Amino acid sequence: MSSELRYTANTQLEHLHARYTGTGHADLTKYEWLTHQHRDTLASIVGHPPLISYLAIADGEAIGRVKFEMTERMLQPCGPPPPKDE
Amino acid sequence: MHLYNLTLQPPTAITQAIVGNFSGARQQEIIVSRGTRLELLRPDVQTGKVSTVIASDVFGSIRSLAAFRLTGGTKDYAIVGSDSGRIVILDYDPKTSSFVKIHQETYGKSGARRIVPGQYLAADPKGRAVMISAVEKAKLVYILNRDAAANLTISSPLEAHKNNAIIHHIIGLDVGFENPTFAALEVDYTESDQDPTGEAFNNAEKLLTYYELDLGLNHVVRKWSEPTDPRANLLVQVPGGQLASSDRYDGPSGVLVCCEDHIIYRHMDAPQHRVPIPRRRHPLEDPERGLIITAAVMHKMKGAFFFLLQSEEGDLYKVTIEHDEQDVKAVKIKYFDTVPVAISLCILKSGFLFVASEFGNHYLYQFQKLGDDDNEPEFSSIDYPNYGMADPTLPLPRAYFRPRALDNLTLVDELESLDPILDSKVLNVLPNSDSPQIFSACGRGARSTLRTLRHGLEVEEVVSSDLPGIPNAVWTTKLKEEDEHDSYIILSFVNGTLVLSIGETIEEVQDTGFLSSAPTLAVQQIGADALLQVHPHGIRHVLSDRRVNEWRVPQGKTIVSATTNKRQVVVALSSAELVYFELDLDGQLNEYQDRKAMGSTVLALSIAEVPEGRQRTPFLAVGCEDQTVRIISLDPESTLETISLQALTAPPSSICIADMLDAGINKTQLTTFVNIGLQNGVLLRTVLDPVNGQLTDTRTRFLGTRPIKLVRVMVQKNPGILALSSRSWLNYTYQNLMHFTPLIFENLDYAWSFSAELCPEGLIGISGSVLRIFQIPRLGTKLKQDSIPLSYTPRKFITHPHNGYFYLIEGDHRVMGEAASKQQLEKLRQEGKMIDDEVVDLPPEQFGRPKAPAGTWGSAIRVIDPVEGKTVNVLHLDNNEAAFSIAVVPFAARNNELHLVVGTAQDTFLAPRSCTSGFLRTYSFTDEGRGLELLHKTETNDVPLAVLAFQGRLVAGVGKSLRLYDMGKKKLLRKVENKTFSSAIVTLNTQGSRILVGDMQESVFYAVYKAPENRLLVFADDSQPRWISSAAMVDYNTVVAGDRFGNVFVNRLDAKVSDQVDDDPTGAGILHEKGLLAGAPHKTQMIAHFHVGDIVTAIHKVSMVAGGREVLLYTGLHGTIGILVPFVSKEDVDFISTLEQHMRTEQISLVGRDHLAWRGYYVPVKAVVDGDLCEMYARLPANKQSAIANELDRTVGEVLKKLEQLRVTASGF
Repeated sequence: MSSELRYTANTQLEHLHARYTGTGHADLTKYEWLTHQHRDTLASIVGHPPLISYLAIADGEAIGRVKFEMTERMLQPCGPPPPKDE
Repeated sequence: MHLYNLTLQPPTAITQAIVGNFSGARQQEIIVSRGTRLELLRPDVQTGKVSTVIASDVFGSIRSLAAFRLTGGTKDYAIVGSDSGRIVILDYDPKTSSFVKIHQETYGKSGARRIVPGQYLAADPKGRAVMISAVEKAKLVYILNRDAAANLTISSPLEAHKNNAIIHHIIGLDVGFENPTFAALEVDYTESDQDPTGEAFNNAEKLLTYYELDLGLNHVVRKWSEPTDPRANLLVQVPGGQLASSDRYDGPSGVLVCCEDHIIYRHMDAPQHRVPIPRRRHPLEDPERGLIITAAVMHKMKGAFFFLLQSEEGDLYKVTIEHDEQDVKAVKIKYFDTVPVAISLCILKSGFLFVASEFGNHYLYQFQKLGDDDNEPEFSSIDYPNYGMADPTLPLPRAYFRPRALDNLTLVDELESLDPILDSKVLNVLPNSDSPQIFSACGRGARSTLRTLRHGLEVEEVVSSDLPGIPNAVWTTKLKEEDEHDSYIILSFVNGTLVLSIGETIEEVQDTGFLSSAPTLAVQQIGADALLQVHPHGIRHVLSDRRVNEWRVPQGKTIVSATTNKRQVVVALSSAELVYFELDLDGQLNEYQDRKAMGSTVLALSIAEVPEGRQRTPFLAVGCEDQTVRIISLDPESTLETISLQALTAPPSSICIADMLDAGINKTQLTTFVNIGLQNGVLLRTVLDPVNGQLTDTRTRFLGTRPIKLVRVMVQKNPGILALSSRSWLNYTYQNLMHFTPLIFENLDYAWSFSAELCPEGLIGISGSVLRIFQIPRLGTKLKQDSIPLSYTPRKFITHPHNGYFYLIEGDHRVMGEAASKQQLEKLRQEGKMIDDEVVDLPPEQFGRPKAPAGTWGSAIRVIDPVEGKTVNVLHLDNNEAAFSIAVVPFAARNNELHLVVGTAQDTFLAPRSCTSGFLRTYSFTDEGRGLELLHKTETNDVPLAVLAFQGRLVAGVGKSLRLYDMGKKKLLRKVENKTFSSAIVTLNTQGSRILVGDMQESVFYAVYKAPENRLLVFADDSQPRWISSAAMVDYNTVVAGDRFGNVFVNRLDAKVSDQVDDDPTGAGILHEKGLLAGAPHKTQMIAHFHVGDIVTAIHKVSMVAGGREVLLYTGLHGTIGILVPFVSKEDVDFISTLEQHMRTEQISLVGRDHLAWRGYYVPVKAVVDGDLCEMYARLPANKQSAIANELDRTVGEVLKKLEQLRVTASGF
């Protein structure tokens, strides 16, 4: 790979990451990956009406409440990030 | 295997509802999304009845809806956000009665993704722009405008993205004619993702942000962003902006931010006002629990506005804002009424409130008053320091109200909804029924029901009265052509005729001019004001002045059959001759000079009504004993010449020509159908070519065991046909398409239309010696529902093999059981607390039960008599136990005596699943199955989610382990266990010694029990993970299952593997075989796959018509009922798949979803043809229909016939 191509490929990748939240990369940590997975799942549950009904029935809550709690959970679905060891 | 998927009952849940003037008329309509369908409902302002105007499958998932109106326009448009990655603007065209896609703009990938917009939609109140947003980051703004020709235009999207922001809600702000502004509720997660201490997470702020669309610069700016309550969940638009005519402001503008326990009024540069959400003062309420608003609606009237907000408990609050121009003086909230928890609320200008319930039936209420001057406590922001914002982090003191029965609203209509169906069974338990019923356990909480669904139209009896003898026919007639209602009822007996007059009462009249001493063959109001009676010996023409002109039959002959319309009369004589009469311009009935000899006894005759503006109908259909039907001309040029002939398989018993609209055949004009009922109970329906009189496109249908009688009737001002056999069927046009549905009513011997002031659209019929007047209230429905109320959400039910009772388990999470709540109330009383009994005793069906903390359960076992439709016995479970599984087991150790085993668990938590102990409760049946006696309880270490009878023992899925239990004295005895399952066992099915185990996350496992060595071994599994929700065995090697994402699929085990496993007596071979792909040694093959779009909760292999083929019937959570029909021949597969391919290219999805992608949402669709798409063929324009038919080398009629035949033979629907 020529250096020029590598350069363009990288900027493209960065561009992609900025554009498509949730796209993985080589240095992705387990925590980041898991958080992305959970956020995707939660967004998918909120976005599919039958799924949200299913959860609301199981839990005995109103659909509106389940939707709210799911969206709230997207803020930090897997707890705080692990401490960085410098 | 190739399957044909057909929806018998589309989903009935509503996921969103919007209101607007979609037809452009003065009346308001409601558009509802039913998840995968779009429907336009029209509430009748006078009667308050809601009728469906159109319903259209969109082949995609609708996630959001918004209505908007261009400035100065009179018509609303609907915008749809879906999973297609496209924004779609729909217009309702009242002329063609269909939704028209005016714009479809692609902005992203398809699928319900995190950062692809479609989840939220907000329109500017002046209709100038719309914002469409995703759950995270992405927000797009489209500008809406008009072009020179006044057509709606849409701009390219403007981005208002914010990275790392989770969006809770968006709305359009009412700013009058200033730049359109949208408000969004967002949380930024950048910092909490970086902070390991968790402090940033705790301090994360929820921001209320205004996005302004600068129309001059054509871009969107973030205008204002301020933190608000961290538990805010919903925004509500507050009216604002100046009126064009005056300087007055409509309102203060801004938003109501609905938070947990509070409502805050906010606007840029304006003080905040905060009020608490009043709570029910219930002694059992959980004080820790917050209360949120889940649905809201704002209503503007002349110079005023108010809000109705609904809490998650179902209580409606009225919120008003006192304002002086743009300054808010106070925000007030008070309790309004309690209605079922809604997913959407719509207020109509005509004073109705439409409540689209989140579960169960939907309701239309009428406002009686607006709660202006009642004694409900009102809470105002001025009563709190600093308008309630003295310390925004602290909650306001709690406000309370007493819930009460409806005061401001009255219920006017109810739309039945099966949503959610949690379990179902298909069997025929009713006497005198030749097709099975579908029993579905529906609903949630105290509004749950067990519904019996029968194929057919509901009939409402108005009057029934006994007659002195058994009549053989009945007619009604008006006296004059212009009369609105009927005046006489004519009953024909074997030896006479009785005439009754319809007035305030129905009584016999004498001097009518009718011959009463002979039976009657036909009655007709003829000409302007004359009546006609045909009896075996002649025709009586009764003029308005009671003069009678009689035509007598020649000696030795009698009339055997007659047919009449307003101007023509044809009679058949016993000598097989036809005599034709026509009314001339003077009102004289003239006989045609020749008589036509038929050569064979005439059994049936029919002519159509005179077409509007014509003198006569040109065709007569004659059915003869020689098993033929002949079409004979009545045209003056060729009177009584035979035009065409059709041979039949049996002698005809009745013929009926009717002009009806069937958009599948002709969109604009009525089609002439010749319906021929045969003596063997088969109905033939053919189309009569209006030009050459040829009969084409014959469709056959078996109606019942008796010879068919056909009667032309009026159904909602359109012609219809009533076909009477051992069941009565109605053939009618509804929403431009032809329907053929049985009536759920007693067998009728004869029937006729009936119209009186009190019953303008009725029918009159005789069954035996009883005269019945009835009407059909719900045209278009195919299933009649009868419900039995339940007390908690049903979970599962089973049938008993002998006594015919159903045993149903029900349970609710976060609800206190009956005993526990009584105990708690007693405890509170002893502590000296005042208990408001009225509040405690409020009916839970209407008000719900107080929410208890997680891990609390209310549950019961119920015995139901499905034939009588009532509960026989209820056993409430105590000690916070909840039932999860149920089975009837013949224990070999007890001489195969049947026992009921119920799997329960105590103190169950859902996520992660845990319980203090699971139990297998064993009951014996007492009192012929009405009673249950607890024999013993067997403890288990996890929740038993599935139990099943297996070879005289019990097989149970207890959490992750599969166990075999045998009957013991004090307990069930565990015989063998297999612990290789990964998440939890949710379904069990068995044949022989094979057990099919459905795992919650890992698809279906094939296990076998080897008795000699007492081994329970898994020998095959699926190569894909599947979140099983239901499963059934198709045959010994094949399983059909539904998963949690709305797919249904069929897996098959290789026959060789199957034989090999069965031939191994000890199972040692399987035990030592090497696993494949970290699983069982063998894998099943997926042979069919299809995305239904609704979670399949139960699936059965049944035959829906007597003697018909077996099909797979499934029920879905949102109320879908569908079938998968195996194709019989390769030709059918080729033909229908090609048709499906052509239909796909038509791009009929209203949301712009690619059909192939939708049906292959998670896994590419395999070996299943979408029948719903194929049936859309009937709705295509005629030129497209014929183009597709040409490609298939068929005629349009043949294609339609094939589709109908597939539906009818498989389901009878």
